[in-house]
Amino acid sequence: MATRPQHRGRPKPARKGAAPELYKASKAQLIKFYREMLTIRRFEEKAGQMYGQGEIGGFCHLYIGQEAVVVGVQDCLLEGDSIITGYRDHGHMLAAGIDAGAVMAELTGRASGISSGKGGSMHMFSTENGFYGGHGIVAAQVPIGTGIAFAHRYRRQDNICVTYFGDGAANQGQVFEAFNMARLWDLPVLYVVENNRYAMGTSVLRSTGSRELWKRGDSFKIPGKQVDGMNVLAVRAAAGAAIDQVRSGKGPYLLEMQTYRFRGHSMSDPALYRSKEEVQHMKAEHDPIGQVKKLLLDNKMASEDDLKEIGREVKAEITRAAEFAIASPEPEAGELFTDVLAGAGS
Amino acid sequence: MSAPLTLLEAVTLALDYELGADPDVVVFGEDVGKNGGVFRATDGLQAKHGEDRVFDSPLAEAMIAGLSVGMAAQGLKPVSEIQFMGFVFPAMTQIITAAARIRNRTRGRLSCPMVMRMPYGGGIHAPEHHSESTEALFAHIPGIRVVIPSNPSRAYGLLLAAIRDPDPVIFLEPKRVYRLVKHEIENNGEAYPLDMCFVDREGDDVTLVSWGAYMHETLLAAGQLAAEGVSAEVIDAATVYPLDTETIIESVEKTGRLVVVQEAPRSGGVGSQIAAEVAEKALFSLIAPVGLVAGYDTIMPYAKMEYQYLPSVERIKDEVKKVMAYT
Ligand SMILES: Cc1ncc(C[n+]2csc(CCOP(=O)(O)OP(=O)(O)O)c2C)c(N)n1
Ligand SMILES: [Mg+2]
Repeated sequence: MATRPQHRGRPKPARKGAAPELYKASKAQLIKFYREMLTIRRFEEKAGQMYGQGEIGGFCHLYIGQEAVVVGVQDCLLEGDSIITGYRDHGHMLAAGIDAGAVMAELTGRASGISSGKGGSMHMFSTENGFYGGHGIVAAQVPIGTGIAFAHRYRRQDNICVTYFGDGAANQGQVFEAFNMARLWDLPVLYVVENNRYAMGTSVLRSTGSRELWKRGDSFKIPGKQVDGMNVLAVRAAAGAAIDQVRSGKGPYLLEMQTYRFRGHSMSDPALYRSKEEVQHMKAEHDPIGQVKKLLLDNKMASEDDLKEIGREVKAEITRAAEFAIASPEPEAGELFTDVLAGAGS
Repeated sequence: MSAPLTLLEAVTLALDYELGADPDVVVFGEDVGKNGGVFRATDGLQAKHGEDRVFDSPLAEAMIAGLSVGMAAQGLKPVSEIQFMGFVFPAMTQIITAAARIRNRTRGRLSCPMVMRMPYGGGIHAPEHHSESTEALFAHIPGIRVVIPSNPSRAYGLLLAAIRDPDPVIFLEPKRVYRLVKHEIENNGEAYPLDMCFVDREGDDVTLVSWGAYMHETLLAAGQLAAEGVSAEVIDAATVYPLDTETIIESVEKTGRLVVVQEAPRSGGVGSQIAAEVAEKALFSLIAPVGLVAGYDTIMPYAKMEYQYLPSVERIKDEVKKVMAYT
């Protein structure tokens, strides 16, 4: 019988020693990042609460801890760009400018939800906002995002498709099939691996032979970079540079965002596979919102009061979203049969 | 030694028994090792049987299936877990084009004793992949078996049989009833046959056939109908493919009426196959048209709409009353 190789230690931190490249944000930009990340955080906290109250069914995957990734990347996007991700998608939707009420109504299965209350947390779309899902099948979004990029190129648009996936998804075969196609056609796609170190309860250390996910494109000649995904300025800098390349026609690029989810995989996961100390350390030392807050205060770009005021506004918005959701009616029975085939049942 | 166990615990017990009995059995899948599985079906097995025999696989279903085929071709008995049935699709190519055909292609020189376990079906308020019932996709593929236990004893006996069977078995576990009822199970390693339906209730007026979670609603309906003077025979078609049609035909020859209850969408399902078999082999025993209570031909919806999709005890009883109207 073969003996399993033992993997020890933590994933390596981004480029030891070297200071990460940081985006030079103006005061207004920094405040915008703060507000957007806080909006996602408060939305997710509310969603968690509503799940606990039985308002949200099935599964609910929170983005808490990873906010810097979407907020930093989204800041580089232009009108007409596309994004696509997996089931941990609430943050991506809010960053894309989708109304929090429509998202919350979907989570709670209401007719006013962005997918008419029939899709729930994992299956949301908003083509108006360039958001192509919301995919429950791990890694399915990777070839689809590549196909969207194909269409952008085919139509000679200057747009790109940002295709997000997780460290677990990175081990699915279709990821590599898509990489090859993207290089072959120099497609305008930015692949963003959100490496939060776990796929459900399975640590990267136990699932992944070669753990430098940013090098996964090497054999396809897709350039890659590892980024401190807890720092929105590092994300913004890396995404800006990568997107410039992708948009200029040089083909795909891969960013590995080293990030962390503060909560369990989903609301039903007690997360016993990692230590309390590890979680505590990440919250205390690497909280993306805490980092920006500190920057704002240290550089006197904002006062405690200013930030409290932002906090109040964000809270009001989330409260409104939740109230809107709860007050909305449930889908009508006939909805069961709509949108299966064109023209049928509607 | 016996203890009242849930269906889920019966699965764990069968895996544990066979890991102990046969050194060729290997259990793996996403989160299966350290974490003991999403539904905890493999809880404690890694600690007991070691990391070589019970382990976490990378998140890669096509690989899980293909790896199983290779292992099985070498005489190992891989038992993999797909976290939810809806996630098996990346693995379909290996299941259909390799697992199901190795025996035939090698003209019997190789066999493929692999099991893929997967929870399936609705009832947990999640949409699509997390809740659908696509057993018919597998029941169309010669060279594999499809087995669906409806209760704890059957989970134990059928899983043991599946692991010992020399051919690939798709073992579908109705997640809605994972913890619904408990059975006293003797941990004696006794397997059930894989080519027999179970007659769970005898009756004279109508034959009800179901499998998986819907055996519970079907038996409930039969109980309520008895109080209304209708005597229903209830058959669990647990070995969905290949199917023991003989038991069903015999029953229909006795009762003259048939209602099939399935959770899967109506069209192209196992229920249609049963209806076709009965039409072919027992048409002149039928007093009434065959009834089919099924899900709808639509995509499994989210939480609030789930019970609009799922057949209810009422729907089963209504259908039975319809066929009872023929005399
Ligand atoms: C094809 C497929 N297999 C398994 C699952 C079950 N599943 C859902 S999320 C998940 C872990 C994914 O981890 P990762 O890609 O790291 O993303 P994260 O959850 O960390 O954001 C698994 C195994 C699924 N949804 N689809
Ligand atoms: Mg992950």
